Amino acid sequence: MLQQVEGSKAVAHAVAMCRPQVVCAYPISPQTHIIEAIGAKVKAGELTGCEYINADSEMAAMSGVIGASAVGARAYTATASQGLLFMMEAVYNAAGLGLPVVLTLANRALGAPINIWNDHSDAMSVRDAGWVQLFAESNQDAVDLHVLAFALAEELSVPVMVCMDGFVLTHAVERVDLPTQAQVDALLPAFVPRQVLDADAPLSIGAMVGPDAFTEVRYLMHARLLRALDVMPTLAASHAEVLDRPVGGLVRPYRTEDAEVVVVAMGSVLGTVKDAVDELRADGSKVGAVGITCYRPFPAAQLRSAIAGARRVVVLEKAFSTGVGGILSAEVAASAGATGAAVHSVIAGLGGRAIPGSTVRGILRDALAGTLAELTFADLKTELIEAEFTRMAAGRRSGPPAENLLRDLVAGERRRHG
Amino acid sequence: MAEHPRTRVRFYQVGSFAVGNRLVEDHQRSAQSERERANSLTSGHRACAGCGEALGARYALDAAMRATNGRMVAVNATGCLEVFSTPYPETSWRIPWLHSLFANAPSVATGVAAGLRQTGHPDVRVVAQAGDGGTADIGLGALSGMFERNDDVLFICYDNQAYMNTGVQRSGATPGGARTATTEAVGKHPGNPFGQGKDVPRIAMAHEIPYVATATVADLFDLETKVERAMSLHGARYLHVLVPCPLGWGSEPSRTIELARLACQSGLFPVFEAVRGEVVASTRIRRREPVEAYLRGQRRFAHLFDREGAVRQPEVVAQIQSIADRNIERYGLCEVAAS
Repeated sequence: MLQQVEGSKAVAHAVAMCRPQVVCAYPISPQTHIIEAIGAKVKAGELTGCEYINADSEMAAMSGVIGASAVGARAYTATASQGLLFMMEAVYNAAGLGLPVVLTLANRALGAPINIWNDHSDAMSVRDAGWVQLFAESNQDAVDLHVLAFALAEELSVPVMVCMDGFVLTHAVERVDLPTQAQVDALLPAFVPRQVLDADAPLSIGAMVGPDAFTEVRYLMHARLLRALDVMPTLAASHAEVLDRPVGGLVRPYRTEDAEVVVVAMGSVLGTVKDAVDELRADGSKVGAVGITCYRPFPAAQLRSAIAGARRVVVLEKAFSTGVGGILSAEVAASAGATGAAVHSVIAGLGGRAIPGSTVRGILRDALAGTLAELTFADLKTELIEAEFTRMAAGRRSGPPAENLLRDLVAGERRRHG
Repeated sequence: MAEHPRTRVRFYQVGSFAVGNRLVEDHQRSAQSERERANSLTSGHRACAGCGEALGARYALDAAMRATNGRMVAVNATGCLEVFSTPYPETSWRIPWLHSLFANAPSVATGVAAGLRQTGHPDVRVVAQAGDGGTADIGLGALSGMFERNDDVLFICYDNQAYMNTGVQRSGATPGGARTATTEAVGKHPGNPFGQGKDVPRIAMAHEIPYVATATVADLFDLETKVERAMSLHGARYLHVLVPCPLGWGSEPSRTIELARLACQSGLFPVFEAVRGEVVASTRIRRREPVEAYLRGQRRFAHLFDREGAVRQPEVVAQIQSIADRNIERYGLCEVAAS
């Protein structure tokens, strides 16, 4: 069913087709259009057998889906950025309890300074929580990954997070092939929980576990999550067959044959990256790209074979670990292991800064020439940084850095425009 | 009507008398060990001797089980009750029981109620429970949300007036003048500062939910009656139960019931019921006691008295007395019931 539709509305459609029984959410940009659309479907009677709960916080939203899932209901929520941090304790709890809930993360920067635009800091902040984390490259991808997410979550009894770039995808209107109810019903059997609070068969969930068994309980979480690496490709194949298009996958190589330099990235920036690869290939440069769709569990072996043969791997990431550097690049470097490839971190697109093709092409050319640093902040406005360093050196009370930088930025604009 | 499974006696502490007279023949059993009891919170748990919370929870949940014909799910916040009842792999819960986190029990219960309705179990009812910290402090936002949406949950607060599980630190429900590990009995104003405190029953009433009530472990029939009344209603309901804590209050385990009774008889803890924000009934004080009678014998108030037992800080005792007097007036605790 081809439609010209906003990403959020397309995802709301996909989620509704999955027949969730409890949706519990709290508004935060840029996720709002998704939950608004689902709420409207419930209220209009289009999505039956489902309750939409207006939670009083993100903590309450995630807690609500935890409760619903524990009694065997298919449960869904969505959030972004600060909202994810606010529900953080419950995010870990859902994974620890092994509850197969699905969450859409409309990727957005973390403050301070407050910023509503896209990057991947929020997703990276929960990489160790025990959730499957899938990254959508396009709105078609986002739609298909949601159907896959419910199937994967319920098969493995693990929570799944579908990450889609805030605004870039959530608010983009483009052509999407929406799945029909018959297609989704064929792909998603009724939820049969591994554990359920049942009045006829009482059990306790959430008991305290001491040193005698804690390691084993956590190891089981690890083992269960790793199974996604086997289950996901099988599920993706059946979804692809029913939907008649490629779905999911752990990693997606693009023109990596004989590539000397390979760019690794996640999410919507892959479109720009592939264009840059095409342009450089047209000039005879041996470059390629690998998109990571499944970030958790980390598909180390699949990535290793996808980048095999490359001299340099450039990891283009929209988040970083303050005081360290790239997050994804550290994991790529660990996976690259014996391939001998040099791994470069390029931090780009923070807080919604555009990553133009020219920037990506420049990075690729630097990598080919061997002049790319180990860690680069793409398009960094060094004059703003230098000015602040100067202020800090001049006196103790230099003021709030974000406000100082904004003042300089405005002054610079005024100078340029006379 | 589903029949509740017959209670099977289990020994958790071999060689102890923890299961009490549930071992004896039917005709020798007391009311507490009747076969019909669900024993929702069964014997063998690790609560301290004289724990008011264990007693309150056992009676409240068994009453709820009776009222729901055994069709019930309980959600528990982190705290003493959760810890002493479930060190893995043992559990004292004979009912479907879920512990998620400290701050989120009301929200989890909301999800449980919605999930039960949507999975074809609209008859299964939901009780959520927490201590005063989980209710008055860290969980208050979630509780207010649950009240405001009028979700179909009975929330029970077992109030022992401090964070006992972490070692007796002050909570928003700690009374003025009380010593805790974070309001030591030192300096010019020993103990907890006097303030407005968080009067959660009145906060609940402000939401105009169908039912709000208070109770104590000194009157278990009253507690059971209120739980049954609450379970006969739908929507958000709140029950606030005063449960003395021998460890945190520094009182003799044998005085738990007596202290709860003195809290009522002094007027410090008003026992009442409210429907949609209006008080509809209150338990009259049978024999009024000065607050001193309640304060004595609790180590958390020991700094108010000298070694000989004379009042050392009359102004603090007077301040506590004025709170009791205010309650007596507000809830009509000493009024003669109209015939």
